[in-house]
Amino acid sequence: MSSFNAAAVDRIMEKHGDAGGTLIGILTDIQKEYTYLPREALRRVGESLKIPLSQVFSVCTFYKIFSLAPRGKHSIKVCLGTACHVKGAALILDRLRRDLAVAEGGTTKDGKFTLETVRCVGCCSIAPVVTVDETAYGRLKQEELSGIIASRGTEAPKRAKSARATAPKRARPARTATTRQRAGGSR
Amino acid sequence: MKAIRSLDDLERARKKGLRSCFPDTTRIMVGMATCGIASGAAEVYKALQAAIRETHVEARLSMTGCIGICQEEPLVDVLQPGAPRITYRRMTAQKAVQLVSGLAKGTLDSRESIFGRIDAEDFVVDGTVRRYFEGELPAAYASALPYREQDFYRKQLRIAMRHCGFIDPGSIEEYIGHGGYFALHKALATMSPEAVIGEIERSGLRGRGGAGYPTGRKWRSCREAAGERRFVIANADEGDPGAYMDRSILESDPHSVIEGMIIGAWAVGAHEGFIYVRAEYPLAITNFSRAISQAEAAGLLGRDILGSGFDFSIRLSRGGGAFVCGESSALLASIEGRIGEPRAKHVHATESGLWDCPTTINNVETWADVPAIVSRGAGWFSAVGTEKSKGTKVFSLVGKVTNTGLVEVPMGISLREIVFDIGGGIANGRKLKAVQTGGPSGGCIPETLIDLPVDYEKLSEVGSMMGSGGMIVMDDRTCMVDVARYFVDFLIEESCGKCTPCREGLQQMHAILARITQGSAVDGDLQTLQELAEVVRDTAMCGLGTSAPNPVLTTLRYFRAEYEAHIRDKRCPAGVCKELIRYSIDAQACTGCLLCLKKCPSGAVSGERKKPHAIDASKCIKCGVCSEVCRFGAVVVA
Repeated sequence: MSSFNAAAVDRIMEKHGDAGGTLIGILTDIQKEYTYLPREALRRVGESLKIPLSQVFSVCTFYKIFSLAPRGKHSIKVCLGTACHVKGAALILDRLRRDLAVAEGGTTKDGKFTLETVRCVGCCSIAPVVTVDETAYGRLKQEELSGIIASRGTEAPKRAKSARATAPKRARPARTATTRQRAGGSR
Repeated sequence: MKAIRSLDDLERARKKGLRSCFPDTTRIMVGMATCGIASGAAEVYKALQAAIRETHVEARLSMTGCIGICQEEPLVDVLQPGAPRITYRRMTAQKAVQLVSGLAKGTLDSRESIFGRIDAEDFVVDGTVRRYFEGELPAAYASALPYREQDFYRKQLRIAMRHCGFIDPGSIEEYIGHGGYFALHKALATMSPEAVIGEIERSGLRGRGGAGYPTGRKWRSCREAAGERRFVIANADEGDPGAYMDRSILESDPHSVIEGMIIGAWAVGAHEGFIYVRAEYPLAITNFSRAISQAEAAGLLGRDILGSGFDFSIRLSRGGGAFVCGESSALLASIEGRIGEPRAKHVHATESGLWDCPTTINNVETWADVPAIVSRGAGWFSAVGTEKSKGTKVFSLVGKVTNTGLVEVPMGISLREIVFDIGGGIANGRKLKAVQTGGPSGGCIPETLIDLPVDYEKLSEVGSMMGSGGMIVMDDRTCMVDVARYFVDFLIEESCGKCTPCREGLQQMHAILARITQGSAVDGDLQTLQELAEVVRDTAMCGLGTSAPNPVLTTLRYFRAEYEAHIRDKRCPAGVCKELIRYSIDAQACTGCLLCLKKCPSGAVSGERKKPHAIDASKCIKCGVCSEVCRFGAVVVA
């Protein structure tokens, strides 16, 4: 997490231009820079797009990928798609809650992991699936979770490294589905 | 690559692409769609790279997309001159090294990993077949089963997924080599927009993303709408959990979607296009963005496409993790940079869509079908399928089925053929209970209706819907009340909150379902649940709301006895609902191996080596780890 830097935000704004419909893309890139959306950054975005802060805020809280609070170094997401659900995703989520001692949406005390859920990452054929940052792990058993977490606690495990090494290098999208801040959430 | 300005240029590019796909040296391809990578394809790729370097084997390594049988990932294909293409399944880094050393010795090693062989490729776009080798099949390959003769592929017909797993998604040449962008040339050079629309109308193509609106009719009303500026949009916000064909097409064959969109833009008179991709699909975004750049560089997007004077460009817009944004009016709001709230559809997007301009929105699979239809003609496409549902549909066959993956089948095929003939039946010898189709807007079809022909109408008749093609197979260990609660929970979170029936009704339905699954339901709960569901169905504003009660209504209709068991007997027959189940150990089956005892996080298991163990219900937290680790099936959940 870096402290707020107006120049970084301006750079992102410039990249997106003013063709209209750029707000979500801008916020996505800002979050990539800071792991969350700092208040000052939102203010700056509103000013330069000439839209009220309330409108920027409504977008931040509507879309699940955005977070208004700092997040952990790594994001662990339990897929709750239908295929994962029928193959026991709820038990996997319970296990991670216990092992990491955090609630869904929470960040571990050491700031290393944020535990989140996602509504289908599209790997349904190898359910149940958990993703750590942008690496997906399929056909998961509860017993394998501790190994995956431990490897991230120190350094990236093998699979993650090689996935990064071979995946085509281009702009990457937002990484997160984040805390449920919306009113009317079910949990 | 050099800009393509004419049919001659396109022909030259085709020859180059064909040389790449049918090379005269060895080629190794690794399936590197997301499901492949999640199964370890990246390590396999790296191991192959290193092994090729070390053994000095003359072989070109490349990536390909997903051929559909995700179950067997990571998949590696080997093409050698004079031989069929061999597909290896469940590869690991170690097996990859063996494979390359076999190639270095000139022998066909790693036989045990062979999934099958492919003798020839169907070029769907021009209707030709191209063989990988001439003459007789070399004897060494005879034992590998041709993929077309395998259960998983025998009944499939691939149109939308025609190139997936066959070409390198990063190579525009290989796409052109397979006849890509020839349909675009045909449309621009020989067909009027009117003729293109007529062809699509006659083909009977209907939207592959949800409700099945006729594509040609949509295009026509967009073309006829008043306005200077028009848009075409690809909806790649594949939000239905359990469906992932759009991701696979974008990752494996992005140019088919781009070509479809350009043809659509020509037909409706649009010069600007968007693709709206959900944020959860990073690789799809990467591959599609690269394909846009390639098409621009080749002069297939931008100004004066193929020398026709027609201009068209595509921008990519990322979603933000909101299911409702797959609904067309919410999607438009999201592209405009606002929150994705749907609006009542008094005016269709075709008349007043993006920034109030006439807009055509089609799903990824629909766009991918378009070039094939334009190339082969409406008659060819409409010869496949049923009276009102033409062509093929891709389904993601997942859940408790033996073969999981993406299957593309002619409309009208029965559920039984999909689940049992293609899917190989229910996994682990269990019994089929239901098939869930259509995502959270769909329903659960019971085992008794397994002979139902699958098309738009038949699925609606039984209370479900086509949706985007998710097909989640459920066995007797899946609780239907829990499934209904799951979907309502999903929809509560995804409801935008704009209209009351959806926002409040779903909350109340969830409260009742939670009571039922916790064993605290009261008399009259089922009646109230049914009424609430009907009110939401009849009064919610957008498609998401009106279809939201479907999972509840279908499970109430077909699995009422299971609801009653929860309410009356406080019992979950499938052994899923935590508050109603107990874990115990079958003393007959238990060998006393101590494994569950060691793994139990709450110290609930007691026992000695070689003596049957027991579970203390007062300590058990029902995490299921004992059942997961037991190798003898001795843990009983009831």
